[in-house]
Amino acid sequence: MTDTQATAVPAPAPSQDREPLLRVTDLQRHFPITKGVLRRQSGAVRAVDGISFSVMPGETLGVVGESGCGKSTMGRLVTRLDEPTGGKVEFEGTDITHLSTGRMRPLRKDIQIIFQDPYSSLNPRHTVGTIVGAPFRLQKVATEGGVKKAVQELLELCGLSPEHYNRYPHEFSGGQRQRIGIARALALRPKMIVADEPVSALDVSIQAQVVNLLDDLQKELGLTYLIIAHDLSVVRHVSDRVAVMYLGKIVEIADRDSLYAAPTHPYTVALMSAVPVPDPRRKERRERILLTGDVPSPINPPSGCRFRTRCWKAQDICASQEPPLLELRPGHQSACHFPENTEA
Amino acid sequence: MTDQKLIPEQSGPAAEAFLSVRDLRIHFDTDDGLVRSVDGVSFDLAPGKTLGIVGESGSGKSVTSLGIMGLHRSKRARISGEIWLEGEELVGASADRVRQLRGRKMAMIFQDPLTAMHPYYTVGQQIVEAYRVHHPAASKKEAKVRAVEMLDRVGIPQPDRRVDDYPHQFSGGMRQRAMIAMALVNDPSLLIADEPTTALDVTVQAQILDLIRDLQQEFGSAVIIITHDLGVVAELADDILVMYGGKCIERGPATTLFDAPEHPYTWGLLGSMPRLDRDLQERLVPVRGTPPSLINVPSGCAFHPRCPYAELTGGRSVSELPVLTEAGPGHHAACHLPTADRHRIFADEIAPRL
Repeated sequence: MTDTQATAVPAPAPSQDREPLLRVTDLQRHFPITKGVLRRQSGAVRAVDGISFSVMPGETLGVVGESGCGKSTMGRLVTRLDEPTGGKVEFEGTDITHLSTGRMRPLRKDIQIIFQDPYSSLNPRHTVGTIVGAPFRLQKVATEGGVKKAVQELLELCGLSPEHYNRYPHEFSGGQRQRIGIARALALRPKMIVADEPVSALDVSIQAQVVNLLDDLQKELGLTYLIIAHDLSVVRHVSDRVAVMYLGKIVEIADRDSLYAAPTHPYTVALMSAVPVPDPRRKERRERILLTGDVPSPINPPSGCRFRTRCWKAQDICASQEPPLLELRPGHQSACHFPENTEA
Repeated sequence: MTDQKLIPEQSGPAAEAFLSVRDLRIHFDTDDGLVRSVDGVSFDLAPGKTLGIVGESGSGKSVTSLGIMGLHRSKRARISGEIWLEGEELVGASADRVRQLRGRKMAMIFQDPLTAMHPYYTVGQQIVEAYRVHHPAASKKEAKVRAVEMLDRVGIPQPDRRVDDYPHQFSGGMRQRAMIAMALVNDPSLLIADEPTTALDVTVQAQILDLIRDLQQEFGSAVIIITHDLGVVAELADDILVMYGGKCIERGPATTLFDAPEHPYTWGLLGSMPRLDRDLQERLVPVRGTPPSLINVPSGCAFHPRCPYAELTGGRSVSELPVLTEAGPGHHAACHLPTADRHRIFADEIAPRL
């Protein structure tokens, strides 16, 4: 699926000679827990706790992880819907970490977001025309032939009919609503789209339609995607590179093929072996790594490696030293003291 | 269709079956019209076996399971057909009789354990209640011992302490374990699991699926698992029933259903999901259109507006309702396309891109 790259964008391999579109350095978001009348801070939920990555133009970075690992918070920080408590977000070389709402506004044209739930992300009292046309009005963008024409073109681009202009969200099915959300995100021709679980609320047969639509739009418009999802098979299908998150940290980030062919972090290995596969004969053959217990609380994450409490390879060093994210193979970084699938 | 054997639709339970459903119809009278949620579903389930019911949202799979449990007792619901559980008919049975069976002989695991459990009572109290309703002679103390034993069996750490916790103190996976404990406390011979893992993360899902499989082996109960995830049914089910628009459109053993699916809708479902166990596809092949409304179910075959092969039936798919016919040993499909044509289309067009 190398051709998901837009035609204008060269092959992604030599990452040094090109400027990344988005660069995130040591990003943190700690939600304070307050106590008592004085609302003194007694602790913090460390939702995102120091993550770094970059996204090249025209590339799709998939982010996977279980619920509560901070992947959605990360999406909101990158789009500046939430204020980071530490670290740095750079978009096209500009530091946007602490830009004010007013200074951020012109940049919002370039970064848009698609939300998970197509039922709660569209205003039920607005028509489709108003919803999809809102970005033009807010950004005071003049369009040739008026907003209505532009909206109708967008609807068509996303596989809806231009006649849907005057209808309300409740008249549409889940898949169609998600298309409306995508049309709205595309209105101002953004450079980058952050999609937070874009297909998880949809039925299987509709999921494929939306995945294909995202694929086509990327080819046509040269978009850069940051796709957040919990479904490993969907992420494999759409991404060029994949980051795996666990308790607010990136534990492994690599090219898609390298990650799925030979995952190195035990957590990634366990996640992949847990995905149910629609092949009844495999259930006897395959070896499944069953993780015990639940994800620990991000208020008191385990010392050292955060995965050590559920890891079958954990040793003393895992409790005392936090493993750094190291490049084990070209383009394949992993944070583990005892990585799998490496010929040392 | 001339030489093909029709599946037995006669009334009465099949001899060896433990649960037999015959032509079950559940319709709801609403202001917008009659909703035909389930429209003529039949199947048999042998003791100790697992049946998987797959379908998209609104295909009638959950309504079927609630119907078996006798939980559609509102005036709006119209139920017809027969449900035989160990030789006893349930649709015509009195509400009291069904209540005696519910929880004792048949039990259910619901999708969302946070809403299915009562927030005001401790997990232990809820399990104790389920036990004492069907064991009136048991004392509170005995029931509590039993509750702790069940929590231990489903893998909850420190069950004697956690038994006094409230549902909100449990994590999602533990709540689902507690629900399973509650369902199994009376050793039911039929367990219905309605999307038991949909709300859970993959690693926890794997734990719960393993638990259901282990417990089934231990207790020997028959299990119906309802899900939209073909991967989950492949893990658990012996037989699979695919529902679309309130009807069963394909039914067969799990192995043949995944290797040689007969119905174009099943092809569509398999083609539209990305799979980790196969090479990466260039592009997914979605089923076009959207699932039908159950008030205005399309005429003839309900799938015809979305079916790429509807033209090949010479108009029959629009006018005539397809019946389930046997396409292979134990494998039935409701499609107008002749079996030979279907096999050819599957082998030439579908199988290579799956």
